[in-house]
Amino acid sequence: MLVAIALFVVVMGLVLLLVERAKRLPSWAVAAAFLLPTVAMILFGLVWPAIDTIRASFYDRNGQNFVGADNYVQAFTQNEFQIVLRNTAVWVVVVPIVATFIGLVYAVLVDRTRFEKFAKTLVFLPMAISMVGASIIWRFVYEYRPVLENVPAEFQPAQIGLMNQLLVWLGLEPQQFLLSPPLNSFFLIVVMIWIQAGFAMTVLSAAIKAIPDDIVEAARLDGLGGLRMFRFITVPSIRPALVVVVTTIAMGTLKVFDIVRTMTGGNFETSVVANEFYRQSFVQRNTGMGAALAVILFVLVIPIVAYNVRQLRRAEEIR
Amino acid sequence: MSAVSTEPTVETGGKRRISRLERRAIAAQGKISSPWASFAAIVIAVLWTIPTFGLLITSFRPEADIVGSGWWTWFADPNVTLDNYDTVLNGSSTAFSTYFVNSIVITLPAVVIPISIALLAAYAFAWIPFRGRGLLFIAVFTLQIVPIQVTLIPLLRTYVSLGIDGTFWTVWLSHSIFALPLAIFLLHNFMKDIPASLVEAARVDGAGHVRIFFSVMFPLLVPAIASFGIFQFLWVWNDLLVGLTFGNSQNVAPLTVRVAELAGTRGTEWHLLSSGAFIALVVPLVVFLALQRYFVRGLLAGSVKG
Repeated sequence: MLVAIALFVVVMGLVLLLVERAKRLPSWAVAAAFLLPTVAMILFGLVWPAIDTIRASFYDRNGQNFVGADNYVQAFTQNEFQIVLRNTAVWVVVVPIVATFIGLVYAVLVDRTRFEKFAKTLVFLPMAISMVGASIIWRFVYEYRPVLENVPAEFQPAQIGLMNQLLVWLGLEPQQFLLSPPLNSFFLIVVMIWIQAGFAMTVLSAAIKAIPDDIVEAARLDGLGGLRMFRFITVPSIRPALVVVVTTIAMGTLKVFDIVRTMTGGNFETSVVANEFYRQSFVQRNTGMGAALAVILFVLVIPIVAYNVRQLRRAEEIR
Repeated sequence: MSAVSTEPTVETGGKRRISRLERRAIAAQGKISSPWASFAAIVIAVLWTIPTFGLLITSFRPEADIVGSGWWTWFADPNVTLDNYDTVLNGSSTAFSTYFVNSIVITLPAVVIPISIALLAAYAFAWIPFRGRGLLFIAVFTLQIVPIQVTLIPLLRTYVSLGIDGTFWTVWLSHSIFALPLAIFLLHNFMKDIPASLVEAARVDGAGHVRIFFSVMFPLLVPAIASFGIFQFLWVWNDLLVGLTFGNSQNVAPLTVRVAELAGTRGTEWHLLSSGAFIALVVPLVVFLALQRYFVRGLLAGSVKG
């Protein structure tokens, strides 16, 4: 590792030294030296592979024969893949909305209270945890112990997952939360919401604090308080931030596969496009299908980003 | 960050500002003292904390206890052991210590390299005029939308044909490339905010681009570099996809890959899973708690400022 860093530093140093030495270089040459590593890496690692993947999505599983749009047709018509697309749609709608909503409500509730900093850290903390770690944390919450038949309640094996213990305390049957579709997808979605709400809260909290004092005071003089203040002053004032948060979370959600893979392996009808891409590419060895799914992911991200950029532009014009 | 600092400050004299803040505090108290509001805040805080807390306690309980009863019974019967951590770290079938080192080896260059390259590029985009600058910048910025998934298989194929597959080089290179568009974009925004007069003054003194970059830009950029650095650090440390694809062997695989494997093969052995998860959590958590300020700053610069 140290060798790599050292080598890297030496190369960079040489480039810089050359640029500095040659005093009379035209500015485009200096720019070229500064940009060369970036352009080379991006062409090698992003542009060319993306083009190659788009090409591969029109070929069969071994990348040998041209099959036209077959992979895409399959992705949109076969039952198995339709479930994947449906799940992805549910994820990308539910996660951003719920996470943003919870983040917003929490940001408003703890704003300017004595415990603000501590309370925010608690909700923000999951952001630092890997999705794999988060999945394990939640798998433990959902952990299920089978109910033995013809055994009285007091001799049943203890539930060690919190959710099932709560059910038992309430006098209900413990559930296999992760095995029965379609609800199991929602239990996975909970994990993503748990991770993302902190992000929403942090950004929105900053936006709330930036609302000019006079607006808040004027509204208060008009007799606005509590929920109506939230509805008529807070939410409209932070609208641009809300859009950014929702779209950013949506983008992240589209690409997520760690949670699904760690919690259910994509079984029991819980797979999403990003996970199915991995399964097709590296488990089923179906290159064409994997590529097609990656391209679908790509296409799904574009409108969200475009919308995000447009909103940002508009917000800047207003400012 | 700029969003926060726009709050009206000083000028009108200290007294008035204090009274206004106080008034706001009183108003806030009035709002939060509504029992439903405080109740909702507490419910959210608890829901966000309990799952991690439960697993943390589990990781310190003896195996027999974990299987026999829920972690909440630990308060009545507090048995503590470090055996789980010992097994996971040093056990030959788990060998977490090896993967821990792998994660560190992967992460450091994968943070340093993209930042330095991005700094150069961002400087060129911000302060060196050349033809097609705007277009090229937009092109780099736009590449943020390429999902990593789209690039994985062609990259893997290239690595194999170059004979460097299964080494750290592939992981470093991939992480660096994937980080570049966002890094350039953020650093460029920060550099643009540096007053042109500073750069002009240095130029009059006869400084070339390299000197300007190091003596004028760099010191002012430290906060921005810190926030992106933390971002990239957490991102690389927590990554699963790149690690799985390019480093899927014991020599190169990071902790996340190992934990995920464990979840697949030994999904019910909670004494291993809980302690394993916490070993993977500890570094990012410490970094996060220590440098939270910078992390938040980066977050706000990246999303609100755009």
